[in-house]
Amino acid sequence: MSDESQGVGGLTYDKSKRQWPNELNVFGALILIIAIFEILGQVLPYMNGQSLLFDTRDRFDSIFNEQRLRIIIVQVAIIGIIALGVTQVIITAGIDLSSGSVVGATAMIAMSFAQVAEVNGNPNPKAIFGEWALDLPWLIPVLVGLLVGTVAGIINGILVAYSRIPPFIATLGMMLFARGVAQWWSKGNPVSFPTESYAKIGAGMMPVIIFLSLAILFHFIMNYTVYGKHTYAIGSNEQAARMSGINVPRHLVLVYVIAGMLAGLAAVILTSKNLTAQSGMGLTYELEAIAMAVIGGVSLFGGRGSIIGTVIGALIIGVITSGFTYLKLGAYYQEMALGMIIVGAVALDQWQQQRAASRS
Amino acid sequence: MSDIILETKGLTKHYGGVHALEGADFVLNRGEHVAIMGDNGAGKSTFVRQITGVEQRTRGEVIFNGSPVNFAGPLDAREAGIETVFQTLALADDLNVPDNLFLGREKTKLNWLGPFRLLDYKAMREDTMAGLVKTGVKIPNIKNTIANMSGGQRQCVAIARTATFASKLTIMDEPTAALGVQETAQVENIVRTLKDQGESLILVSHNMRQVFDLVDRIIVFRRGRIVANLNKSETDGNDVVSYITGAKTGAEFEGAA
Ligand SMILES: Nc1ncnc2c1ncn2[C@@H]1O[C@H](COP(=O)(O)OP(=O)(O)OP(=O)(O)O)[C@@H](O)[C@H]1O
Ligand SMILES: [Mg+2]
Repeated sequence: MSDESQGVGGLTYDKSKRQWPNELNVFGALILIIAIFEILGQVLPYMNGQSLLFDTRDRFDSIFNEQRLRIIIVQVAIIGIIALGVTQVIITAGIDLSSGSVVGATAMIAMSFAQVAEVNGNPNPKAIFGEWALDLPWLIPVLVGLLVGTVAGIINGILVAYSRIPPFIATLGMMLFARGVAQWWSKGNPVSFPTESYAKIGAGMMPVIIFLSLAILFHFIMNYTVYGKHTYAIGSNEQAARMSGINVPRHLVLVYVIAGMLAGLAAVILTSKNLTAQSGMGLTYELEAIAMAVIGGVSLFGGRGSIIGTVIGALIIGVITSGFTYLKLGAYYQEMALGMIIVGAVALDQWQQQRAASRS
Repeated sequence: MSDIILETKGLTKHYGGVHALEGADFVLNRGEHVAIMGDNGAGKSTFVRQITGVEQRTRGEVIFNGSPVNFAGPLDAREAGIETVFQTLALADDLNVPDNLFLGREKTKLNWLGPFRLLDYKAMREDTMAGLVKTGVKIPNIKNTIANMSGGQRQCVAIARTATFASKLTIMDEPTAALGVQETAQVENIVRTLKDQGESLILVSHNMRQVFDLVDRIIVFRRGRIVANLNKSETDGNDVVSYITGAKTGAEFEGAA
């Protein structure tokens, strides 16, 4: 470092040393991926000059292809909600493999409190409980869903924070356990026929509105509250956090509880949108949520990453998924591409980490 | 109020079979600056960790500010008025300077929000500036994360953290071990400032010149035991070295080591 940059009393502000926000890189990657699809759309002969995101029918009202945009964001919104929680867990240098299965278990349990009494004049053939649990106000299944997610989060958190079981193992156990609960709940039968009010929660653009509201809320929490600061501090240097007097175990439980609650909420929205709950719901969601965070620049080593990054990561996954469909390429190519992108993102982070270490 | 700020009686720490600290009797007077010296592995850092509640002692007593204390963790010690710079720096690399200075005791608003109470960034930034000016620590940009700073700058941040908050006792475990000439001089100036302000200090150091420059009294540790308690005016470098190496043992400690 040059001598001029050494101010007295920390008063100089050396602009050249200001850090380039990582989110800009991720955003650049999003734009790049969109550009690649757009170019392929123009170049590939069988595409007839179609565009991924822009309107090609020369309408006057809009330059965008809203229909595809809508599909992309609704598709990523539900898993995106899970990814908001997973992001916080990863920032503490943890991992949550259970969220997909928690979605499955929560879907079954919450939906059992959202059923109507009568279907076409006949008693609901799929009713799980007696009459007392039918035609309940929508708030009750929502609260049940949040409660189930919270319980899963508390167990994860206690295992990680107090029993010192590695997060990978603790949440792997919860992943298997919760999937078991989902299958045991109604012996594998779907739980269907929700009340009208419950069905509105995930209808239309509601998942997107909920996802974006939560993203803004957690962006604020992570940047402007003690909770956020301590989450970063623990992931950055757990020992330092402890020496600074942060109650690390209690904080970790809170982080896992928030992640569990968000998985529970995702299950509510998913069942409401699909009008049914099945024990296989949420399969591999945990991996997609982790992928969104990792692609969005959240470091698996902890301490680094942001909600904004994860939201952009979610959009990248959405664009890739619909981009492959748009190019009429099979789902297997899409999974191969995602696999490579995830490994690439982690490799990039690893490389940046090493470069930072060798510099200091 | 008595003149003694800190006293340990028979302070002992065993790690399994390792007797890292054995029966340490130690007294520190108000406003006094004391150095702890001793070879690597002599138990100096272990002694510091037992006083500050980072670890729980095997046995013995710690009396701070007149009453026996049993700190459950470093925050307890801090709240009681002991500020510590640990040898393994307690800094979070991904946070910036004010965040690190205030980690665990953030200035906040809307405290009824519990864990989600808001950070008062402005107040913390201003206090950080004031603290850096007061200690003369030079940091090019306090908004940079610690990860982007040199070892010396990190050390300065850790020391500024100690000096920013008023305390009854400051403990520094090898604060200048990784520092260049200028930074070392800076830290020594901070120590002198603390002396002028009448704050008590324990300084763990291997640097003989520094110790003779800064403190009133020297305690020597050898293999987990205190083997000498020397007034600066009654000793010299060679004398201290002979205690460190085991050529000599203080009369009152005969039989201990
Ligand atoms: N957590 C631990 N578990 C087991 N043994 C330990 C632990 N911490 C320290 N020790 C041992 O206790 C002894 C004293 O260590 P300590 O860190 O107090 O030495 P020190 O005097 O601070 O040395 P240095 O000058 O190198 O910092 C050493 O033999 C060390 O190996
Ligand atoms: Mg030491």
